[in-house]
Amino acid sequence: MPGMRVSYFPGCTLNTTGKGFDNAVRASAASVGLELVELPEWNCCGATYPLIIDNMLELAAPSHVLLAARDQGPGSNGQGNVLTTACTTCYNVLKRTKKFVREQPDERERINAFIEGDYAGEVEVKDILHLLRDDVGFPAIAEKVRTPLSGLKVAAYYGCMVLRPPNEVAYDDPDHPTSLDDLMVALGATAVDFPHKNECCGAYLAVKAPEVTREMVYTIVKSAQAAGAEAVVTNCPLCQFNLDKQQAEMRKTYAGYRPVPVFYFSQLMGLALGLDIQDYGWERNYVDARPLLARLS
Amino acid sequence: MRVRISAESVHNELVRRVEEYSGQDLMACYQCGKCAAGCPVAFAMDMLPSQVIRFAQLGLVDRLLESKTIWLCAACQTCYTRCPKGVDLSRIMEALREIVMLEGGSHINYDAISPEDVAEWPQQAFIGGFRKYAI
Repeated sequence: MPGMRVSYFPGCTLNTTGKGFDNAVRASAASVGLELVELPEWNCCGATYPLIIDNMLELAAPSHVLLAARDQGPGSNGQGNVLTTACTTCYNVLKRTKKFVREQPDERERINAFIEGDYAGEVEVKDILHLLRDDVGFPAIAEKVRTPLSGLKVAAYYGCMVLRPPNEVAYDDPDHPTSLDDLMVALGATAVDFPHKNECCGAYLAVKAPEVTREMVYTIVKSAQAAGAEAVVTNCPLCQFNLDKQQAEMRKTYAGYRPVPVFYFSQLMGLALGLDIQDYGWERNYVDARPLLARLS
Repeated sequence: MRVRISAESVHNELVRRVEEYSGQDLMACYQCGKCAAGCPVAFAMDMLPSQVIRFAQLGLVDRLLESKTIWLCAACQTCYTRCPKGVDLSRIMEALREIVMLEGGSHINYDAISPEDVAEWPQQAFIGGFRKYAI
């Protein structure tokens, strides 16, 4: 759908350490006719969905973001107000908050009193991969590919946040997701199937028990390698960090360990679309992706 | 392990708080073990996820408050997704952490986080972690 305009929420990670991911998302989306209009004012979503019942305060921040999208978003082309984000955690928090506010009138009143607003569960929250799949369409993206990722055997890794809980956030099969695999195929790569594509990497557990995260990442990446992958691609900025960083640590602790690069999906998308990929944050990778890039481009 | 249970001990104050904070019916669990089988962090836990619910059902929440398990759950929701009874165990884990932190304060060692970590790590790791392990 050419000319589609949607609200864009970068979130804290894509605004800082994930800037390369963000640059690649904006450029790639624009080149396939998806215009991302950054919210003029936004705040952190809170980075985790609160799980205890008395959670009004933690729902205030994401409700404030949703309210901004409702009142300041472009809402054109008969799409209503659509809010998208490339951070899977932000997506999970915003999507679940929207549902909660819509379905819980009493809590809604308390939240609105706190944020001095009248948010009632409006705005369609869509993960950017969902938009690319259903509103732009992978066939349309495939037509725009200039540098096919031919010969790249990549494992698509989804993590948790776009899949679970399925009844609240999933737009793909939570046990066997394919959207990221399908995007890679549209870009000319070979997506290898592996059983750990939806297994948790440990997320923020890394701040408390990095050695546990390392074991979790080891299981995931070894599984991808056993399936023949020479790289991993993910749509989650925290998964990218954990998989990348912990592999660099594994080189010290596992003799002979051969790490594989971990890409953001938008980096590979920009590359395949023939865009200028200079500012995609390659220098931040712990496992250098540039040798593989040189082969692809 | 021999456990003596009674109506009073099974419905003690800590059990009531876990149910209130989590919004979950502990007795809904029939111990099929799918949560423990699918948990990606189970290898590092001192009590399996299914044991956490079982102990709570028996009124032994005080034992859970001392376990490593409640701090290792990353709320990935694999257990909840697979539970045939719809029990959201990650909410029970959060309730248990909350009870510990309301009494004893934050459960994180800030000194273990180096300035290099602060510069390199994604913001969401810190914000998420501090929300889970600090009060």
